[in-house]
Amino acid sequence: MSTYNFDYLDELEAEAIHILREVAGQFEKPALLFSGGKDSITLVRLAEKAFRPGKFPFPLVHIDTGHNFEETITYRDQMVERIGEKLIVGSVQESIDQGKVVEQTGKNASRNALQTVTLLDTIAKYSFDACIGGARRDEEKARAKERIFSVRDEFGQWDPKRQRPELWNIYNGKIHKGENIRVFPISNWTELDVWNYIRREKIDLPSIYFSHERDCITRNGQLMAASPFLNMDDEDVVERKQVRFRTVGDMSCTAAVESDAFLIDDIISEISASKISERGARMDDKVSEAAMEDRKKGGYF
Amino acid sequence: MNILKFFTAGSVDDGKSTLIGRLLYDTDSILADQLEALQSSNRKNDDGSIDLAILTDGLRAEREQGITIDVAYKYFQTEKRKFIIADTPGHIQYTRNMVTGASTANLAIILIDARNGVVEQTIRHSYIVSLLGIKHVVVCINKMDMVDYSETVYSSIIEKYKILAQQLKLADITYIPVSALKGDNVVQASENMDWYEGESLLHFLEKVDTDHLDRSQLARMPVQWVVRPQTDELHDYRGYAGRVLSGIFNLNDKVTVLPSGASSTVEKIDFFDQTLDAAHAGQSVIIHLKDDVDISRGDTIVNASALPQETKLIEADLCWMDTRALDTSIMYNIQHNSKITKCKISEILHKVDINTLEKHAADEFKLNDIGRVIVKTADALAFDLYDDNRANGSAILVDTRTNLTVGALMFRAAVE
Repeated sequence: MSTYNFDYLDELEAEAIHILREVAGQFEKPALLFSGGKDSITLVRLAEKAFRPGKFPFPLVHIDTGHNFEETITYRDQMVERIGEKLIVGSVQESIDQGKVVEQTGKNASRNALQTVTLLDTIAKYSFDACIGGARRDEEKARAKERIFSVRDEFGQWDPKRQRPELWNIYNGKIHKGENIRVFPISNWTELDVWNYIRREKIDLPSIYFSHERDCITRNGQLMAASPFLNMDDEDVVERKQVRFRTVGDMSCTAAVESDAFLIDDIISEISASKISERGARMDDKVSEAAMEDRKKGGYF
Repeated sequence: MNILKFFTAGSVDDGKSTLIGRLLYDTDSILADQLEALQSSNRKNDDGSIDLAILTDGLRAEREQGITIDVAYKYFQTEKRKFIIADTPGHIQYTRNMVTGASTANLAIILIDARNGVVEQTIRHSYIVSLLGIKHVVVCINKMDMVDYSETVYSSIIEKYKILAQQLKLADITYIPVSALKGDNVVQASENMDWYEGESLLHFLEKVDTDHLDRSQLARMPVQWVVRPQTDELHDYRGYAGRVLSGIFNLNDKVTVLPSGASSTVEKIDFFDQTLDAAHAGQSVIIHLKDDVDISRGDTIVNASALPQETKLIEADLCWMDTRALDTSIMYNIQHNSKITKCKISEILHKVDINTLEKHAADEFKLNDIGRVIVKTADALAFDLYDDNRANGSAILVDTRTNLTVGALMFRAAVE
């Protein structure tokens, strides 16, 4: 008999693998939405654990805003090479060039909202029926109520009042033509769980998660990376800061935190002590109290 | 460190959201920006303190109506454990949400308002706990501050509850007097109730034993996916991927594959870059068998010495979850683990009035109705009785017209 030590990370991992295999079993054309952030990087490791030595039964899909951190794209390309899986890129710039969306103007302009259109177009183009995402229920209170298998209508909309009951570990993936399902295998993980898992599994991350020097400006009380994608004016003062990022999104809407955390252990102690939740560093949630709910209804990840 | 999943039953009036808010708040699980949003919100208690219930009210419609209408999941952790809370509304029209929240929980907290004692909804909530087979129950007598922290009030409520518990065959019950609003016995032991010698709610939750839960000895693994790389170096690799529902598979165990009935032996167990000697309940693994048998998704690998039931007629408890009533003349899909087949509800044996626990004959099943039915399936299911093995004794019904999940089934007997 082997010793049986099944701790909380093992349990979260086993649940996520089970969910990924349900996606493989229940859908014709699934995809894994890969942002280059730590949550989707974790999903890739979980997919390796679910399907190796076989291939993934889905491609990775990256919705590229064109305003990414360079480090993210470098990481993405190296990772795809290492795992030998297919990557599909949906380009927000292309959606803008085709006139499907209009670039925002003004000081707080961001491409974050535009990526919804590119995502829906990419889903339609490849007829994806299930999209796996790295969202977690601890991120935000609308997400706290979302199912692991979450149905979107043909306009990509989430209807919180029409959610299917989700019982035991049985996931109902039946949908009508045109609809698709967003699947969130790490729904039950917290930010700290993800970091502890990354440490345990020794998973590499893009360098922007760790402390580095960077030119920043302060906007609405938050530190933003100075970049050509940020509309700056004379009032903006550029300062050199020692920072890291807690999430990896569009450069125009992802705030940095001042940090000396160079190693994953430092990050874990920093988060354990931290008093700002992760989405607190995302300006896109701050628009109104119901911001996330509105964006989810509109087809956001 | 392991995980405890619990669900809370109670209505807004019982202070359920306040209790959860208190657990999160007092364990330092509320982060600065959430607290900021909380403080800037317009809802305050009468004394001007923060309304902790806001922490669990997720959706805008709920904030407008001031009630919880869906299942919200909340997370916190202490040095001893990670906790997952399924916060479910307790109003009768939300029975389906309560059943949903209870289905994944291994402990239930039932809230009783000390001023009102055991009332109709206490019966309803306790019935659902018993129906879903939750092994541990904590009865929190809340709002003790409103009854002067009276031991007499507390004791008389417990006496009443014990009668109900016996009727429902609830076994493992712990009683705790609390005030969620003031914080008594939620995280910190109360200074207002010297007569209470037990632990605070959090201390109890930290140490309650969950290891034996859902750890039936019946080894079961539904096959979700067949791993066949078909590359040159792995030409003959054929592994069955799934999550062990219950029991243990050891190397060289004799197994049976259902529904075919084929016999074989466990040859190898893979888990990513490791090979294991055994696969335990809860683990997601890849099992290889010695013999070349035909296995696909929807089949179940079980230990040959303890076979599950295999019939096409099953007596089951049903909770109806859709606004469109049950139609006994049409076919539904039944989803049992990775197996999906057609079925009909061929007979309604009785319905239960969940406020009085009385059974009565019925010919219709509407939203939130619960009762006993006979399910007739197109293919035989390899199942266990819910009480013996929750993970392999449950299924959902899907309406093929709408694709909605319309029913929850708990298997009670194989019909010969």
